[in-house]
Amino acid sequence: MITKRIIPCLDVKDGRVVKGVNFQKLGDVASPVELARYYSECGADELVFYDITASAEGRTLFTEILTETARTVFIPLTVGGGINTTEDFDRVLKCGADKVSVNSGAIRDPSLVGKAARLYGDQCVVLSVDVKRVNGAFRIFAKGGRENTGMEAIEWIRRCVGEGAGEVVVNSMDTDGVKQGFDLELLEKVCGAVQVPVIASGGAGKIEDFITLFKTLPGVDAGLAASIFHFGEVRIADLKAEMSRNGIPARI
Amino acid sequence: MTAIIDYGVGNLFSLCCSFGAVGEEAEITSDPETIRRADRLILPGVGAFEDAARKLRESGMDRLVKEEVSRGKPLMGICLGMQLLFEKSYEYGEHPGLGLLKGEIRPIAERIPEGLKIPQMGWNALRITGSSPILKYTKDGDYVYFVHSYSAVNCGDSLLAVTEYGTDLTACVGKGNVYGCQFHPEKSGETGLKILRAFCETEAQA
Repeated sequence: MITKRIIPCLDVKDGRVVKGVNFQKLGDVASPVELARYYSECGADELVFYDITASAEGRTLFTEILTETARTVFIPLTVGGGINTTEDFDRVLKCGADKVSVNSGAIRDPSLVGKAARLYGDQCVVLSVDVKRVNGAFRIFAKGGRENTGMEAIEWIRRCVGEGAGEVVVNSMDTDGVKQGFDLELLEKVCGAVQVPVIASGGAGKIEDFITLFKTLPGVDAGLAASIFHFGEVRIADLKAEMSRNGIPARI
Repeated sequence: MTAIIDYGVGNLFSLCCSFGAVGEEAEITSDPETIRRADRLILPGVGAFEDAARKLRESGMDRLVKEEVSRGKPLMGICLGMQLLFEKSYEYGEHPGLGLLKGEIRPIAERIPEGLKIPQMGWNALRITGSSPILKYTKDGDYVYFVHSYSAVNCGDSLLAVTEYGTDLTACVGKGNVYGCQFHPEKSGETGLKILRAFCETEAQA
């Protein structure tokens, strides 16, 4: 039976992991390559590298890190951040990314998803969305959540999947950082609207939040989180053991 | 040396690195001499069957690969590369493959229950059904990473392992010196590397 995936997300700026990392076992806790290797050994099913660099130097550094990671880590690797053109897809795929995640780039150029899907295949194109409730409606936010596009979330997701997005990462800005659990209401709507894999993001604070997510919404394929893994609040091995005890298929 | 055949399909960087991880020299190449010199061949591939089969033909790689296989050289197809080993595919029409293995490629949609997502994307367990040198380090229940919408059927005695996705889907095949993995061994952690290591330990058959 196919397993539910657990995906740590690493925000990388100027070649270092940001958002803080707190591991005793690691020498250089801010090295994305070391952290990626550590997570892979801990049983992470996939990794997301998110490039939050603005400078050209930072971008070069990011691709170098990606290359180095792909050399030593043999689980699927998704890359996001600053993906605006098919050339950006090409740049990170050549360095060992398996999937590329687009967010603001697709909002700026709605033809990007379709163009990339035709060039690299649907399975390679991940749509990432930042969603927030505004007056009771789910809206798409751009530029790292700073700008309300006014677009209705489900409509946008459905449209991008229709264009060829092979997977959707749904980040709820309402639950992100609150650590009180995933946004089940939003995720249920997304699962009902598309047939491609759905990855839940934003709100996980403890193991039980993942158990609730997968038990309540069988349509969700994966759970993504950052700081709770980085700070050791949730250990992937413990999480997977608990999933297994609850009858949720997990790769152990 | 293992030659990873470059015929213009997909990205081969990670695949090449994974051989380094098992201590095998690997070269991404479209050069016939390098391919003839290689101890083993990898046929990679992502994307659409028809497009990949055409590129194989147009580059002359189809004949070269068949020649080398007939001389006993071990060959492993990965993902779409595995599907190309079979007689034909029913992906958007009907297209001939290399015909190195008996069987054909069919949409998984025909066979799996409704409600399961297509493609099958993620980690799933292997159930070993046949013995083979490439699975000598692999055991029942080991997880590997899949991304596919089509799978091989009617493989006969080349079937080595299946995976359960609503029904049993072909995961691994092998007959003589020809092997294939529907999953991505280069993305399947330690389990995948063990399969690549086992493949690198196979020798040409007389």
